[in-house]
Amino acid sequence: MSLADYPLVRHWIGTDGDRLVIRTGKVDIGQRISSALARIAHEELSLPLERIEVAPVTTAGLDEGITSGSLSIEHSGSALRAAAATLRAHVTDLAVARSGGTPKDWSWQDGTLTRPGLNRPLPVLALIAEADPDLAADPTLAPQPPAATAPHMRGISDLVTGRYTFLPDLDLPGMRHARVLRPPHARATLEALDDSAAEKLADRDIRLIRDGSFLALAGPDEWAVTKALATLAAACTWDTPPLPEDDVFARLTAETARRFPVTGGVPAEGPVRAPLEDTLTKARFERPYLLHAALAPSAALAEWDGAALRIRSHSQGIHALRDSIATSLDLPADAVEITHHPNAGCYGHNGADDAALDAALIARAIPGTPILLKYTRADEHGWEPFAPAMALDLAARLVNGQIEAIDAEVFSDTHRGRPRAGANDAGPRRLLSNRFRDPAWPAPEAAPNMNRHGGMHRNLDPAYTIPEKRLIKNLVAGLPHRTSALRCLGNTTNIFGLESLMDMLAEEAGQDPFAFRRVHLDDPRSIAVLDRLEALARDTPRAMGHGIAFAQYKNAMTRTAVAVDIDLTDASEIRLRRAIVVADAGRVIDPEGLAAQLEGGFLQGASIALHEEITWDRGGITSRDWDSYPVLRFDNVPEITVEIIADPGNPPAGAGEATPGPAIAAIANALCDATGLRMFRTPFTPDALTRAALAG
Amino acid sequence: MALTLSINGEPREIEADPETPLAYVLRNELGLKGTKIGCGLEQCGACMILADGAPFPSCAAPAASFAGKEITTIEGIASRPAGARVQAAFIAETAAQCGYCTAGLVVACTALLEANPSPTEDEAKSALAPNLCRCGAHPRVLRALARAAT
Ligand code: FES
Ligand code: FES
Repeated sequence: MSLADYPLVRHWIGTDGDRLVIRTGKVDIGQRISSALARIAHEELSLPLERIEVAPVTTAGLDEGITSGSLSIEHSGSALRAAAATLRAHVTDLAVARSGGTPKDWSWQDGTLTRPGLNRPLPVLALIAEADPDLAADPTLAPQPPAATAPHMRGISDLVTGRYTFLPDLDLPGMRHARVLRPPHARATLEALDDSAAEKLADRDIRLIRDGSFLALAGPDEWAVTKALATLAAACTWDTPPLPEDDVFARLTAETARRFPVTGGVPAEGPVRAPLEDTLTKARFERPYLLHAALAPSAALAEWDGAALRIRSHSQGIHALRDSIATSLDLPADAVEITHHPNAGCYGHNGADDAALDAALIARAIPGTPILLKYTRADEHGWEPFAPAMALDLAARLVNGQIEAIDAEVFSDTHRGRPRAGANDAGPRRLLSNRFRDPAWPAPEAAPNMNRHGGMHRNLDPAYTIPEKRLIKNLVAGLPHRTSALRCLGNTTNIFGLESLMDMLAEEAGQDPFAFRRVHLDDPRSIAVLDRLEALARDTPRAMGHGIAFAQYKNAMTRTAVAVDIDLTDASEIRLRRAIVVADAGRVIDPEGLAAQLEGGFLQGASIALHEEITWDRGGITSRDWDSYPVLRFDNVPEITVEIIADPGNPPAGAGEATPGPAIAAIANALCDATGLRMFRTPFTPDALTRAALAG
Repeated sequence: MALTLSINGEPREIEADPETPLAYVLRNELGLKGTKIGCGLEQCGACMILADGAPFPSCAAPAASFAGKEITTIEGIASRPAGARVQAAFIAETAAQCGYCTAGLVVACTALLEANPSPTEDEAKSALAPNLCRCGAHPRVLRALARAAT
């Protein structure tokens, strides 16, 4: 896809004389794409890593859509590899033309090209500078073998010394620090603002910016601005209708949903069949609203010069964001330029895009002044786009130890809240503050994601061979909170449910969990992953409970099997003891980076399984800090073994999202092994375990 | 009366309101932006500094409360033998994903090793519990800590 839009070598690779410059439309969101891309160029062009630069990603450059869904390597990586391999062949030809020999005679080494008998090796970068500008990248060329040099994470030495500049660390001359003051909750509006507030703030050199119910402060001293939020809050009177408090899971039902049958991972418009009959084993699995909860609250830097806006944002989709901000401010698209600047890892669509609009609104009110807008922790926890609460109804028919039929219905609000262009200004209407401005841009109705494994139905279709399947996607509207994409979309809930069900069925069939899964798999690579896990798990000492799970992400990408050992304390707290992750992600470019993604995904899944849940009451969101929204901490990190089955003959499949789903399911299965208690809703807190035990 | 703080071995005159949390003074007045702010609530450890060798969040406590203490930030951590070892070990183990938690963790690991040169796995995990990492770099951080331990 990336190559189709940008077919020429020079779209991807250039040189500034001293260094090779890689261009990409994918942004670093903590998945180390820039390290992986540099490594590809390093492998193909034999240049030392310190002479490879990754150009800043801006709306003036390549548009590769949103950076998400573990596709960075598939898209940008494959395109860059093709461009670099083409360039290698072309540069070899240039060397032959200049200094004789045949292409075979030339060898590449550390930034130079040489052949036997040649006194002065030719510098690769100089030859690249002379390359044909119309050279088209050829995706059929064979890649160079993986580099022997140890993988290197770009920026690591700056990170450990504190020199790495994240977006909230930017500092420009004359810059003003800004904060927003949000309403008590999403349905509240500003009724009155005490006139004297602006004056009081002006005395402290702080500007008040207001547009409808959107309120912000900006001033030279960051702490003074932060403190002034209390002054501003005291001057506001809000009209605050109660937030609906009824049970959101009860509202996740077919009655109010738009329904779509799903086949082969793809939803369709069309009649929904009646549920399967004679399904003996039934279960409903649920998860609450979840946060991305990046370690750094979202931020953005914007400057308005009277005609154009320049923004730095950690958004995953700067092109769509640029269009939506331009529309929001009634500007032509080319009057807004967004450059990506990293912030903390985001795991999906967090507050980054909203922060960029907020910074733009403030910057427009104070021309010629760079505005660094940062959310507070409470802003981020209370207002980022949540991952939707979900429910999954499963039913299966088991005949002679085999699953003959499965019925799976998933229920959820949309996972698609990014400000992409759409009908009726859907883009700008998905940016938070537009809903509070005057005139307000109300939230758009969610359009169903009909892509293969695209939304809530990601991994709804079991990867197992099952003769009859009835799979339904239910898009539910009218729920209390704004929602969008969190790493893995529906996969975490679907795999939690399906892999819990597999254990329930295995028990019913009197088979062990490995054997039962293997019976339902044809794919040799999936079976190999399970076999390897079984061998590794056999040699590990057991704790109170042991559980496994398997999934192939989107039934097409990384195959992952996970085993977990847990203990339960007297206070019903789950202690994670050991975890084993076995994954087949095809050709591996950066094994260290891949292992890091798999481990990180496991721990995020574990955090969801054990802790994470957004809470609210009629007055607003109540989980607005790290105490009320606890997450996994160091004291419960298990010993993790990651084993990668490398498969150089197959294309690389991103692995950033492969482990969270299996992690949750394996923990649920281990818990059942330890206690006999089957948990149907995350998080598995001591309270939830006690309640389930009493109910059971 | 002006506030003087001892930061990374040097006395620094502070102009900011002494009630300003230390992290804001470090970052905005002294340009020491290695200290991150993740919550401002003493809940995440991104802002960890050493005060007389003990790890302490700097995001909420007023700068004035650090008067008379020897403050070490991530920018000064390399001057402590344990700090330099921890930094090298973080690089060797690639103990970061996005890296926003890294500075606070380098500080916390340094403090731990100065107090306990060979911590057990459990001691390490409970010592680092005040520091959050949302990317799941924990196993690598623990490996880096083990590598830096004597
Ligand atoms: S920023 Fe200080 S503990 Fe979170
Ligand atoms: S590496 Fe991202 S928060 Fe720790």
